[in-house]
Amino acid sequence: MTLSDLRRDDWSRFSLKQRLQRYGVLALTLLAIGWAVSSIEVIWAWVWDAPEQMGDLFGRMIPPDPSNLSAILRVLWETVNIATIATAFAVILSLPVAWLAAQNTTPNRATLWVGRFILVSSRSINTIIWALLFVAIFGPGIVAGIVAIMFRSIGFVGKLLGEAIEEIDKRPVEALEATGASRFKVIAYAIVPQVMPTFWAVSILRWDINLRESTVLGLVGAGGIGIILQGAIDTFNWREAATVLLAILGLVILGEIVSAWLRRRIL
Amino acid sequence: MSTDPIDGPDVPAGAAGGATSGAVATRDHWRKKSFIANPVARWLVYGGVILYVVWTLGTLPIDWARVAEGVERAGRIFGGAFPPSFERSGLLIDGFLESLKIAILATFGGVLLSIPIAFMAARNVVPRAVFYVGRAIIIVARSFHPVIVAIIFVKAVGFGPLAGVLTLIVYSIGFVAKMLAERIEEIDFGQVEAMKAAGAPYLSTLIYAVVPQIMPRQVGLTIYQLDSNLRASAVVGIVGAGGIGSTLANAFGRYDYDFALAITMVIVGAILLSEAVSGQIRKRL
Amino acid sequence: MLKISDLVKRYGGGEPVLKNLDLTIEGESVVSIIGSSGAGKSTLLRCINRLVEPTSGSITLNDTELTRLRGAELRRARRKIGMVFQGFNLVDRLTVMENVQSGRLGYISTWAALMRRYPKEDIRRAFELMERVGIAHYADKRADELSGGERQRVGVVRALMQKPEILLADEPTASLDPKTSEQIMGLLRDLSRELKLPVLINIHNVHEAKEYTDRIVGMRYGRIIFDDLPAALDQEAMDRIYSGSPAADRAGGLKEAS
Repeated sequence: MTLSDLRRDDWSRFSLKQRLQRYGVLALTLLAIGWAVSSIEVIWAWVWDAPEQMGDLFGRMIPPDPSNLSAILRVLWETVNIATIATAFAVILSLPVAWLAAQNTTPNRATLWVGRFILVSSRSINTIIWALLFVAIFGPGIVAGIVAIMFRSIGFVGKLLGEAIEEIDKRPVEALEATGASRFKVIAYAIVPQVMPTFWAVSILRWDINLRESTVLGLVGAGGIGIILQGAIDTFNWREAATVLLAILGLVILGEIVSAWLRRRIL
Repeated sequence: MSTDPIDGPDVPAGAAGGATSGAVATRDHWRKKSFIANPVARWLVYGGVILYVVWTLGTLPIDWARVAEGVERAGRIFGGAFPPSFERSGLLIDGFLESLKIAILATFGGVLLSIPIAFMAARNVVPRAVFYVGRAIIIVARSFHPVIVAIIFVKAVGFGPLAGVLTLIVYSIGFVAKMLAERIEEIDFGQVEAMKAAGAPYLSTLIYAVVPQIMPRQVGLTIYQLDSNLRASAVVGIVGAGGIGSTLANAFGRYDYDFALAITMVIVGAILLSEAVSGQIRKRL
Repeated sequence: MLKISDLVKRYGGGEPVLKNLDLTIEGESVVSIIGSSGAGKSTLLRCINRLVEPTSGSITLNDTELTRLRGAELRRARRKIGMVFQGFNLVDRLTVMENVQSGRLGYISTWAALMRRYPKEDIRRAFELMERVGIAHYADKRADELSGGERQRVGVVRALMQKPEILLADEPTASLDPKTSEQIMGLLRDLSRELKLPVLINIHNVHEAKEYTDRIVGMRYGRIIFDDLPAALDQEAMDRIYSGSPAADRAGGLKEAS
């Protein structure tokens, strides 16, 4: 943005007011960066040292050590299970929430706000923070991870689904109401078919995201590949850490391929 | 009459087929065409899904005694969390401002680095070999959750906000460079050819013909990324990369649940506020 | 018999859209309602099946008072009133058969509806009706794969599946091209005869009203100002119904482009 401002202003492409606005935004941006740089608590010597430190670290990762590979792959499978089961439950649980949070299906104003409250609290709290809480409740392990991912996903899926419900074509709804169908049957025949494509798209998208999220649950003790990574890093076993990182990379790429295939197949 | 199994209500309505040609004169039988036409394949898929769910749920190591104890513990946590304590608001504000600084610097650095990487990863402006390098950088940056990146940076450069900034720079590259590269691939190539025809060197062509076309998208992405980085900075702090997340992790570690709740409330409030602001700005662009 | 008396509909605090309206429809006649946009035709139709709540007055269908029904009683009454819409109002992503069977939703169990296990007699009736209007071979096609005229035929069959005691049609041909439009009007007239069903049609196209219906009701500003046989609709009556409105230009037998 800054680059184009300077270049474009030489031609006076913008009116005086626009130019002042642009300079204002530019000055504000610079001010914010200046404030951040000058007051952030870092030891600058470490900053200049950082590339060397990073190089050193990566140097110690080579070559990756595959001796623990079978254990890594087993836990990787567990990671996939966490993401899949949690997504499945979250998607099912998000259906009633979406129904509550959509203006045109919610029974009354109070239920609308209940629905929105669930969505906002689920969405604003990160998976890791949910995981911290559930590890405290369920103890360390994959159950806490599944519940954490579920809680975070309900808001995501519910919000997008609720928006899809609000955007449907209302004419079929009117037509089915005119046939004397009950509220539930109107939803099943006029609303559900219209939001089906969104439902599948959002579920697949969230599964893809959850695959990534479930790789870090282990760092707070909530199961999955993160536990092995944490262990390797804590014992400075960088060569094994490298294997784990490569395994995660493979998993995520594979996940993206699978979700792209599913999207093509279903949508 | 066919013996098709019952189709669940969850079968999507995509199954369109031809007419029921072999029907009898008085047709009183109709079944919705299933999404998976082949009955064997369909039952294999259904069976596989059921088997998978039952098997994974069945092998979940749930220790019910531990859970019962955990629910009790949850009661204690929530009991201890109410009412939220804003007594040490100095600590809270410091943590939050640090998160903000981390987000600003990471956005600045990330967006700056994203521009060259995005050009590298756009098929239509660089040679094939460079394209693969660019794409590989983006894939790696996108594949690792910021928390994993943060742990590695914390080990390399020590605890504190520096690790947070570096982490979120990587995170920003993963998203901004990807979106920007896609935008570059969609640009109107006529302008580029016009510049080339005028005899402009390669770099000038990029700056004059491509940059103006991607600028509006870039500004929108930057604002979006600032918002994302603020969110993420609350998380990477938990593994020691500075900001309000570190404050939260400390409070949790010391069983100060009332302070932890106060921090969580501030994080949620800040995220909602920044989402609203960034949404408004992007709408006006 | 449909009997409307002293019907008033007022939106908010403004001028009523329907002003003390009286209308009786007996036997199996096809009645068309004409009038310029905003005359209250659509509101009148929607008051009958209560998609719009009347402000006051009475509507009885075969001795059932419709205006005071609530909940399950209202749904039972609606089953007896079929409706065809200008925009067809089909569920695009469902098959033609599912759209047609959705006219039976008021009758069948929730389980049957969810599982698409429709009763045999309903399926037979659906095929007969679809055969009658010429869409039986589309039973397994998705509704959005059909052309406008075919979609409206699905809409008509859906309404007839209800075994209605009266059929309401709200501008059923306004979204169709002239030729298809005439086909649908002819179909409605013929079905009315075959099924001994009274049909009430809102229509912009005066030519079609005269050609295909037994009786024409002219509305202007929420009142009925003409009610007679098509032959009685002369230029003077037309002027009274359409005077000073842009619809007058369109009403002279020209077909609408929309």
